Amino acid sequence: MIADILGIAAVIAGAFFLLVGGIGLIRLPDFYSRNHATGKSDTLGIMLVIFGLMLIEGLSLNSAKLFFALIFVFLTNPTGTHALANAAWQTGLKPWFRKNTEKVDGSCTGK
Amino acid sequence: MMGKFFLYYSLVLTVIIFIPLYRIVRGPTIFDRMLGAGAIGTKTMVLILTIGMVYNRFDMFVDITLAYAVLNFIGIIAIAKFLGTEKTKE
Repeated sequence: MIADILGIAAVIAGAFFLLVGGIGLIRLPDFYSRNHATGKSDTLGIMLVIFGLMLIEGLSLNSAKLFFALIFVFLTNPTGTHALANAAWQTGLKPWFRKNTEKVDGSCTGK
Repeated sequence: MMGKFFLYYSLVLTVIIFIPLYRIVRGPTIFDRMLGAGAIGTKTMVLILTIGMVYNRFDMFVDITLAYAVLNFIGIIAIAKFLGTEKTKE
């Protein structure tokens, strides 16, 4: 019973992080910052959801499969977003700067 | 009780899935569109797991989720490789 409550809490927290990742994907001004939003928040959200489902399911074969899915998502979701960011950087997509702190040499110290 | 909770949870998750569709429709670059597609794929994994909890066939839907995760990862890596080596050949 206590495992069910903890699992439901983890699943709802995962849905919250997925929602935050979606809002960041809309609101942020640049491709790289959007990449940051969906690369971290979505990974944490889906890991929380799978962990909560493991707690609800108990110790069984389905729980072992869910554990493999959790490890796989933890490894591959940041890898995919990093590959996209690397491709965008190699094709010459410039990062976004705020207007009054823009430097000519591309340094982002912000002073 | 658990099935009803996951039914409403899947409804909320469907609304969350529609959010990155905005970035796919009007992204400034093609990388934004691909990022939105990857985010939708990630959220669809959770939706498939939730549907498995609703229908009490969790053993079948876990396998579908694993296959979907592999397909999503391979798709994003392939598109990123294609886009990254496209313009640097010039």
